[in-house]
Amino acid sequence: MKLSKSEVEHIAKLARLNLTDEDAILYSQQLSDILDYVDKLQAVDTTDVEETSQVTGLTNIMRGDEIKESGISDELISTAPDEGNGFIKVPKIL
Amino acid sequence: MSLNQLTVLEAFKGLRDKKFSSEEITKDCFKQIKSFDDKIKAFITVTESEALAQAQVVDQKIKNNESLLPLAGLPVAIKDLFCTRGIKSTGGSKILANYIPPYDASAVAKIRQADGVIIGKANLDEFAMGSSGEKSGFFPTHNPWDLERVPGGSSSGSTAAIASDMCLYALGTDTGGSIRQPASFCNVTGLKVSYGRVSRYGVMAMTSSLDTIGPITKNVEDAAFILGQMAGRDEKDSTTPDIKVDDYLKEIKKDIKGLKIGLPKEYFIEGLDDEVRAMVLAAAKKLEELGAEVIDISLPHTDLAVAAYYIICPSEVSSNMARYDGIRYGLSQREGLELLDIYLDSRSAGFGAEVKRRIMIGTYALSAGYYEAYYKKAMQVRTLVKQDFDKTFSEVDVILTPVSPTPAWKIGENIGNPLKDYLADVFTIPASLAGICGLSIPAGLTNGLPVGIQLLGKRFDEKTILRVGHQYQMATDWHKQKPQNG
Repeated sequence: MKLSKSEVEHIAKLARLNLTDEDAILYSQQLSDILDYVDKLQAVDTTDVEETSQVTGLTNIMRGDEIKESGISDELISTAPDEGNGFIKVPKIL
Repeated sequence: MSLNQLTVLEAFKGLRDKKFSSEEITKDCFKQIKSFDDKIKAFITVTESEALAQAQVVDQKIKNNESLLPLAGLPVAIKDLFCTRGIKSTGGSKILANYIPPYDASAVAKIRQADGVIIGKANLDEFAMGSSGEKSGFFPTHNPWDLERVPGGSSSGSTAAIASDMCLYALGTDTGGSIRQPASFCNVTGLKVSYGRVSRYGVMAMTSSLDTIGPITKNVEDAAFILGQMAGRDEKDSTTPDIKVDDYLKEIKKDIKGLKIGLPKEYFIEGLDDEVRAMVLAAAKKLEELGAEVIDISLPHTDLAVAAYYIICPSEVSSNMARYDGIRYGLSQREGLELLDIYLDSRSAGFGAEVKRRIMIGTYALSAGYYEAYYKKAMQVRTLVKQDFDKTFSEVDVILTPVSPTPAWKIGENIGNPLKDYLADVFTIPASLAGICGLSIPAGLTNGLPVGIQLLGKRFDEKTILRVGHQYQMATDWHKQKPQNG
């Protein structure tokens, strides 16, 4: 499975990563090697095999709809690179 | 003997018998760190003054004859993937180089509640992605047995710290082998618990359907003790079922007569070092001498596990790494004009090459048009791998395998060849996909390098693999050997 430089650049953009030209070429080689390797799964017969997405067998673990104070709201906000007035500041989106 | 060389249980008893103080043990640990860590580089952060203060609290309680919780006064190194309140927690990544969490992981909270002594945060491959210790965002850790070689990964620092007696026990994480493999390379005991046995709350997520946290110790008895303290349901981690925690220390004392141990032929392949093969077979012989029955078994889908893992892991990684976006915490590059620039610049500057590689593979595998061919297919193959184990565990109690095809390789040997690193996990990955438990214990040295063996057990049957491991350690002393650098 050969990934071209432009396909790698597209994937990088989706993943919010900047790549230099050399990086894009290097990664396209490395990713192609890895995808070649995992392609061996295509040959496996998985007809009627259920997917395993988790092994615990647990479903719908719920808790009551009660408010519990974390006690660390201020500290959580203060780990943000830009904040003020008890809010995290982000650049404008619209 | 200096007190940093004690095992957890020796220290536990000695503190209560007032043979020595927690401060004395802690000081000896820091002396060891000062002597050897500039060469080994097991630690990202060392917390000497906090640790001594914690030790002094315990010593005061001992003086006053107050009762102590089991983990009190025992120096521990914690993999830097765990959030520790007030102590820098980097995940081994530049993107969190200055991050100080305002809360503790559940496992850390247990240690603090018991007046444990936190020595420092151990180095790791970035966000637990790696099998050598070379992929830390800061610097590689070196193997105490040969400083030019890798200690294994991703729990590289935790394991090197135990091997060189810088602390009494350590916490690591194991997703595809990251406790078991470094334990094998460094001649220590490492336990990968069943998925859900120990709470992952507060541990930075890598592959959420596979991640586990567990102890790295000097022997199986210590691992059994620490597991007993850590295991159980946690409301904050909904993947921890409410399953009884066994009395591991009691269970391991039982003999292994009549226990059935399987040797899977798919693990004894071309590419397995001859010396490693010989040592695993010698261990099988030793277990037979102890009364176990060794049976040949087959786990036919073993050779598909690495491929399935290297789709599942990057896919989940690509999702878990999305949170590192320079908005709520961590590195934030704000020179660009727009929101998108913050994302691109922060993530590109903050993540190392391996993390980027896995994010991109995952992004590709999950993207429209590819999900069925990759992630769905991998999840189906995961079922086949799991079924192999389910079937086999109706015939045997425990499975014995090598941990790694070779002992530790030289630092830099695999750089530029990520696939080679991935293939080194061939023996540890299948158990991860099945969510079962696995114990890695020392089984000898080859050319001065440690070789471990792996004991795999059913989900939530840690008591049986710990029992086999402990009985093996009662009849051998590979685990007592120590490296020059430590």
